[in-house]
Amino acid sequence: MPSPSTPPDTATEAGPPLDDPHVIQRILRTASTIAIVGLSNKTQRASHFVGSYLQDEGYRVIPVNPTVDAVLGETAYPDVASIPDDITIDVVDIFRRPEAVPPIVAEAIAREVPAVWMQFGVTNEDAARQAQRAGLDAVMDRCMKIEHGRYSGGLHWMGMNTGVISAKRQAW
Amino acid sequence: MPDPSSSPTPSAPEAAVDHAFGFETRMLHAGHVPDPQTGARAVPIYQTTSYVFDSADEAAHLFELKQYGNIYTRINNPTTAAFEERVASLENATGALATASGMAAEFTVMMTLLEPGDEVVASAHLYGGTRTMFVHTLRKMGVTVHFVDPTNLDAWQAALTPQTRALYGETIGNPQGSVLDISRVAAIADAHGVPLIIDNTFCTPYLCRPIDHGAHIVVHSATKFMGGHGTSIGGVIVDGGTFDFSDYPTIADPSPAYHDLAFAETFGEYGFLMKARAETLRDTGASISPFNAFLLLQGLETLSVRMERHVANAQAVAEYLEAHPQVDWVAYPGLPSSPYHALAEQYTPRGPGAIFSFGLSPGPDGPRATGKQFIEALELFSHLANVGDARSLVIHPASTTHQQLSAAELEESGVGPEMVRLSVGLETLDDLLWDLDRAFHAIRS
Repeated sequence: MPSPSTPPDTATEAGPPLDDPHVIQRILRTASTIAIVGLSNKTQRASHFVGSYLQDEGYRVIPVNPTVDAVLGETAYPDVASIPDDITIDVVDIFRRPEAVPPIVAEAIAREVPAVWMQFGVTNEDAARQAQRAGLDAVMDRCMKIEHGRYSGGLHWMGMNTGVISAKRQAW
Repeated sequence: MPDPSSSPTPSAPEAAVDHAFGFETRMLHAGHVPDPQTGARAVPIYQTTSYVFDSADEAAHLFELKQYGNIYTRINNPTTAAFEERVASLENATGALATASGMAAEFTVMMTLLEPGDEVVASAHLYGGTRTMFVHTLRKMGVTVHFVDPTNLDAWQAALTPQTRALYGETIGNPQGSVLDISRVAAIADAHGVPLIIDNTFCTPYLCRPIDHGAHIVVHSATKFMGGHGTSIGGVIVDGGTFDFSDYPTIADPSPAYHDLAFAETFGEYGFLMKARAETLRDTGASISPFNAFLLLQGLETLSVRMERHVANAQAVAEYLEAHPQVDWVAYPGLPSSPYHALAEQYTPRGPGAIFSFGLSPGPDGPRATGKQFIEALELFSHLANVGDARSLVIHPASTTHQQLSAAELEESGVGPEMVRLSVGLETLDDLLWDLDRAFHAIRS
């Protein structure tokens, strides 16, 4: 990741940046239910760290994982399309191999989810651009836990460089 | 924290993280936003050992590193966090970890990265205390350090083995004033798949930012120019987030010391620092006191202003000494006569710090006696074992900082009996020259 105090660097002719701080903050501030594709029930996996953290921070986490029945006390679904319609998904967070991403994005578009988010190391720019062209917000190669921690102050407690500079009282 | 009514839909305006704030602004603001309860403008001193948990679940998640937060001041502290984030920001780094001292910072890095059987290739131009730690204390851990002439890139290359796990050097070597060609040594590290660690104490991030030149990890004795007032011992480790630790065994493999947590996978670019904090600092206990972190923060807030004056005074003192008939040599890379002048212009364009050595022409009693007489004749320079104070300092390394080295090690380190080291402070320049002039006169008569 570049220093957070430098402007986003993934803006290309293909579309808007995929690490735009405004998009990241908008997603984190407006979402309340997050579908996590590839959320493991193994407590030491990175996906479980992120899911557990987001749940602690007040989000509802819907696991999408065909190999388990439930994670973090929530029923798991085999894919995004199988999540019941009465659960409104605000963002689909993806912990899968880059080549497994396109059908997940297609499901998010079909379901009219407003945002897709690909975790650290999950880089499929074609799929991200497809989401943007369909009108979704898209974030790629970023960790949702770290980005939440950057703006909520949590990351700061661990000595990390959040890039946040302000003389106003914290209000998050 | 798990309170759905207040989170996750905060009403605060977005943080302006897409504006690139300047160095001086970040010196004053990075790492501290006024808190909602008090609005305190200065960073408060959180002189507390521990922090209450909201619930048993939250406590468990904090210990599992699944939630960010404070547990115990040996691991983290809000005052210390402000210092850490500020240094990380100034070094253009991804994060930082403060320690009890600069030596603790170096030791924490080595204990986090290395295992028995590993090797390190290090510059031979190092602070004597660092060298002693590398030779003797790391040897007890089964780690071998090979020392090379830092100016010889072939020597760095030739010392690499399959067991080499890190390269190590100082931005400006002590006491030769050798400026490390950071980008070239970093290229050697990159080609070998190991991190380059740089001690940037003498420059501070105002004069040089090693990560911008390709170094991966930076350590500081914050005791020196960062704190700047000679009040507080402290150290800090910064990680550029630029080294890929995903195949580096100690950071990538599931850690038996943290119930098989794989730090690189779980924390990405923060993996090294999270392991250094959650395991090494937890175990060594070499944490900084919050009060020291507060005092070091006061220093950081004026860093650029002080460093400009330190450098200006140092340049003038070096020029005075070089022209003096009782001086044989001056090792300040700000002088065009220095073999490192071109590297200094490349890596430290604002000036190569304010710490340098010079050689007295030996008097009738020999070089060692001349050195002692000169130091005792000084009125204003303080004779002590430190550098980077606001006041000017002087020492005779052969009989103090480097006295634990053997004669051969002294020679390899470039410390001769005639050598005097200065740390030039912020006093009126004319008074510093007056003091040196008097001391030269005293050893002449």
